[in-house]
Amino acid sequence: MENLRLLFDAPILSLQLLLDGVLIGAIFALAAYGMALVWGVVGLINVSQGELVMLGGYAAWFLYRAGLHPLFAVPLAAALLFVAGWLLYRAVIFRVVDKDLFTSILATFGLSILIQQLANTLFGADVRTAESGFGTLFLFGGAVTVSRIKLISFAAALLTGAFLMLFLKRSRMGQAIRATAQNARAARVMGVDTDRVYAWTFALNAAICGASGALVAMTWVVHPYLGLPYTVRSFMIVIIAGLGNVAGVLFAALGLGVAENFAGFILGAEYQAAFVFTLLVAILVWRRFWLARERRHLQ
Amino acid sequence: MIASSALRRRLLLACGIVLALLFPALAPAYRSQMALLWVMIVFALTWDLLGGQMGYNSFGNVLFFGVGMYACVLVQRDAGLGYYTGLFVGTAVGALAAVALAGLLGSGILGLRGHSFAIGTLGLGIAAGELAGGWDFVGAGGGMVPPLFPGALGGRETFFYYLCFALAAATFASLRWLYAGRFGLVLNAIRDDEDKAEAMGLRTTRYKTTAWCVCAFFLGLSGGAVGNLLGFIDPREVAFAGPTFGVWMVLMAILGGKGTLWGPVLGAVVFHVTKELFWTYLLGWQRVALGLLIVVIVVFFPLGILGWARERWPERFGHRIEDGAAESGR
Repeated sequence: MENLRLLFDAPILSLQLLLDGVLIGAIFALAAYGMALVWGVVGLINVSQGELVMLGGYAAWFLYRAGLHPLFAVPLAAALLFVAGWLLYRAVIFRVVDKDLFTSILATFGLSILIQQLANTLFGADVRTAESGFGTLFLFGGAVTVSRIKLISFAAALLTGAFLMLFLKRSRMGQAIRATAQNARAARVMGVDTDRVYAWTFALNAAICGASGALVAMTWVVHPYLGLPYTVRSFMIVIIAGLGNVAGVLFAALGLGVAENFAGFILGAEYQAAFVFTLLVAILVWRRFWLARERRHLQ
Repeated sequence: MIASSALRRRLLLACGIVLALLFPALAPAYRSQMALLWVMIVFALTWDLLGGQMGYNSFGNVLFFGVGMYACVLVQRDAGLGYYTGLFVGTAVGALAAVALAGLLGSGILGLRGHSFAIGTLGLGIAAGELAGGWDFVGAGGGMVPPLFPGALGGRETFFYYLCFALAAATFASLRWLYAGRFGLVLNAIRDDEDKAEAMGLRTTRYKTTAWCVCAFFLGLSGGAVGNLLGFIDPREVAFAGPTFGVWMVLMAILGGKGTLWGPVLGAVVFHVTKELFWTYLLGWQRVALGLLIVVIVVFFPLGILGWARERWPERFGHRIEDGAAESGR
């Protein structure tokens, strides 16, 4: 709790935490947007979301080690993860699409353990990072430091999101995806190949996660066990924002980033993960009582 | 015919109990593994109470296991009782702490449904592990060590074998008794259609919380026993071990057939025996295999062993098949 007093003594620290939170929040928003997309279109909660982020991070790290500048690794990681997502859909996901929710949650949960442990066995448990070498900005006479890569990754995350939305709005496949989200049966009647749409949606989601994972590898670190917190954050953000609410997802993600940074500072870094998971439970319970007052149920 | 089959079943059960009681004398080298097997049966049975019978698929039941374990070892460490008194008082305190926690969380968490409940409980289990891993009073990340067993060398395994066996037997008997009565019917009604059950005048939240408390009670007891059996408590790897115990309980119940009484027992035995036999040959790929196993079982074998058998030979499970049931059943 001494850190709390420190915050009051030096308000400039709050600015630092706020800035860091906002900058990482955009990356959370990407993964959360992907989860909302799959949830809305395929009707499936992808518990292996965070593992896709982790795989994207490793893809970027391997490309970086092969001599590529990490910034160019972002689109490449997205492309690689698109293929991986497609394969995952064709191997596992399509079998659980029309099953009940529990089956799909458990299946993707198994998938997440599988990917996480594969990464642990193949890549090792070491913490990796892709150095971009952009240096750091010093603001307010050095009281606030921002590494340039965080700013760049913030912009890249927003750009990826904008690109995705343009794709959904304009392209033929994007229209088919939106039609399937509205009414899968009607879309099928109108000649949309919904199975292909589902595959595309899942692959797109994987690609977004891949991009956000590459950004994570540049700005922070990757390790095999990074997945679950990202899944939980995405779920939390989607729960707060609701499906199909892009601005909501972005603001919830930024808010979560800020809250997490402050909590990590005040409670100490060892409690930051505990904070994320406790917040998840708190939000779900709060939402349950809020909905109960309006006599609705969590579906 | 019915009387003879019931008699046969009883004879089989008696043989099984005698065999279980004689086991430490028959194969003393495997006492610890067998003690863990009984705990696995408790895991699968208690998970199935919510997941199978009530339709609430929890990923965080390991929370109660960990709470029971920590509470037990804390009592053993701080209360200054003798070994056996400390152990029994500690286990009881652990069970009560778990029940209190379940009752406290019950109305909030059990109001969640479907995926919210699944992911909420997942978060609950992990949050508990992270909190315990940062709290100095319970040893933080380094964990805790329960006191040494005072008896003769090798007596420890036998003692905990019988303790775990008694625990599994008590869990099985209580759940059997609960499922046979009104309580079991209400749980099944909640699984089939909760809104209708509530409209029928059943206080579903009360029943759900009670079920969770029962589950927490037995998990809390087993937590105390396992903490002392393993002789070491780590917050994330032993007590709140989501990736191992937490996942295994779900897997075992589904493997055996969820929603049945014997299914989880069967699933636990099959899983534990295969695990002990083959795990060491996988050379570090065990957890990869676990993930693969979950995916394969969930996708291709969701009914489980007993569920599959019931579908295959329904008459053996007391379901009568009527000709033309499909036509007349509309």
